[in-house]
Amino acid sequence: MDSKGEAVNDMDRNHPSSDARGKANQRPVLRATGLVKSFGRVEALRGTDFELLAGEVLAVIGDNGAGKSTLIKCLSGAAIPDEGTLELHGEIVHFRDPQHARNYGIETVYQTLAVSPALDIASNLYLGREVRRKGVAGALFRLLDTEKMRRMAQEHLRALGIETLQDVKQAVETLSGGQRQAVAVARATAFGSKVVILDEPTAALGVRESGQVVALIKRLRESGLPIIFISHDMPQVFEIADRIHVQRLGRRVAVISPGTHTMEDAVAIMTGARAA
Amino acid sequence: MADTVTVAPGAPQGETRRPTRERANALQVMLHAHPSLGPLVVLVVAAVVFELLNSRFLRPTDVSIMFQQVAVIGLLAIGQTVIILTAGIDLSVGAAMILAQMVMAGLAISSGVPVGLALLLGFVVGVGTGLVNGILVTRFNVPPFIATLGTLGVFSAIGLKYSNGQTLTPHGGSPLLWAGKVISFGPYHITTGVLVMLGLYVVVGYALGRTAWGKHVYAVGDDPEAARLVGIRTNRLLLSVYLVAGALYAIAGWVQIGRVGDATTNISSTLNLDSITAVVIGGVSLFGGRGVVLGTLFGALIVQVFQNGLALAGVQELYQQLAEGLLVIAAVSVDQWIRKVRR
Repeated sequence: MDSKGEAVNDMDRNHPSSDARGKANQRPVLRATGLVKSFGRVEALRGTDFELLAGEVLAVIGDNGAGKSTLIKCLSGAAIPDEGTLELHGEIVHFRDPQHARNYGIETVYQTLAVSPALDIASNLYLGREVRRKGVAGALFRLLDTEKMRRMAQEHLRALGIETLQDVKQAVETLSGGQRQAVAVARATAFGSKVVILDEPTAALGVRESGQVVALIKRLRESGLPIIFISHDMPQVFEIADRIHVQRLGRRVAVISPGTHTMEDAVAIMTGARAA
Repeated sequence: MADTVTVAPGAPQGETRRPTRERANALQVMLHAHPSLGPLVVLVVAAVVFELLNSRFLRPTDVSIMFQQVAVIGLLAIGQTVIILTAGIDLSVGAAMILAQMVMAGLAISSGVPVGLALLLGFVVGVGTGLVNGILVTRFNVPPFIATLGTLGVFSAIGLKYSNGQTLTPHGGSPLLWAGKVISFGPYHITTGVLVMLGLYVVVGYALGRTAWGKHVYAVGDDPEAARLVGIRTNRLLLSVYLVAGALYAIAGWVQIGRVGDATTNISSTLNLDSITAVVIGGVSLFGGRGVVLGTLFGALIVQVFQNGLALAGVQELYQQLAEGLLVIAAVSVDQWIRKVRR
């Protein structure tokens, strides 16, 4: 199984990301220690640790109720942990809300897509970060620089290799699910982000569309951006991830890698059928 | 490789061509991209038909009067549009406007406050009504329908109590009547009130279409959770929307005084629903996030065109109501269809 895992990795990774491995010994980009979060009587997190290394794709797996979503929410600022610390590049941070986390460069693509369907692609990319015209028009009359945002959106999409999105003036609701997800991912990576969190990015997609999103994630990894990737789809996790964080009953029970463990191992650890 | 051979560039993949359906789809996409197009077509067609039925319809005097009649509803409908774009609704428009105008007239006429100050305080009261609605919606999480249904009663009662139900008539030349001043463009005689209304359509149209605030209004109306997750402070935005609407209602109150020549609480009770009708016929989706303020202007004009046209054609008033009702139902049905657009 080892050799097979390596073979897949080598095929996917080609050259630029090979330095991801070299960075693996560095201190983590994002680290959480002893996170506790309760909702009323439900203890969603009971002291979870978490580490994301530079340049890696870290998959987070776990059964329903294992605390995956809550963990991600704590990392993205959507929830505030009751206890525990969060460090970004070794510096302790306390996120008040998603915007605050975003200011630190942590971008999240939510399962529910979190795009505004009626707005066009360019507007969605720049939603909440609109660019205004220079001079009086922008400062006093708050006039948006629509042309500039469209041009930059187009360039960014091209850089990500998203060819299926031709017209940035197109309303997002006219796009397919995979294309919408691509818009959401493009937005998450458009503003010099340090960490991108993808919450079940392919859960609602068909096979072909999932394939497009997976290809997009691989391209992102080539750019050296660390990615946290939550998924239920084991073959996908084993295809993309460098390491796999296994969450169970509110704790991290193991960190495994596709090179050393099989999918059966992962499922066994996840369900508690086997110790890590 | 196989599909690149069989599929022509630009053609929908994996679909056999069905001309009728494609044409319907093209129309759907066009209406989707240009939400004010439908109302404009209806407006032009209705105007042409009524002109053919009665050649008085498009005479300059009649067109002028129509614009004067539409000024107040047109203004209220701007505020209503902004609120409906956030997937809200405002049932208190009429009451808020009446309260604002009673304060303006009451202070200036009964209390002897300088007219300028009275107008300003009336404006503040209008914004205050928006503040109350906005706080109920954002802080107390009352659904807009219920919040404004409640304040409809509250604002009406305060307006009545404040004015004791009296009608206040400003003396000629009072700035209270400024909006009724007639301005002539050749044979067309419109009022300053009409210009105020058109000006505010331009201003709000700009704010909605060309500023970040406008984008956020659409985003919040479209999907508030998505808007929150991208970092828009949705409650603050909603509050600003209700404040803007309140300001517009106050201005509508001033225009109303100018138009009828006095301030009274005894104004048509259909103002609330009329403003919603104009918005809906104007192609703005009641579900939020879709539509443009220009469509609302067309919507308000359509209602007026039907009223005047049917009246000129000698049709009983009940049929005017019938026509208006059917228009609303048609508009919402078309909206539902447009919302299903997929490329």
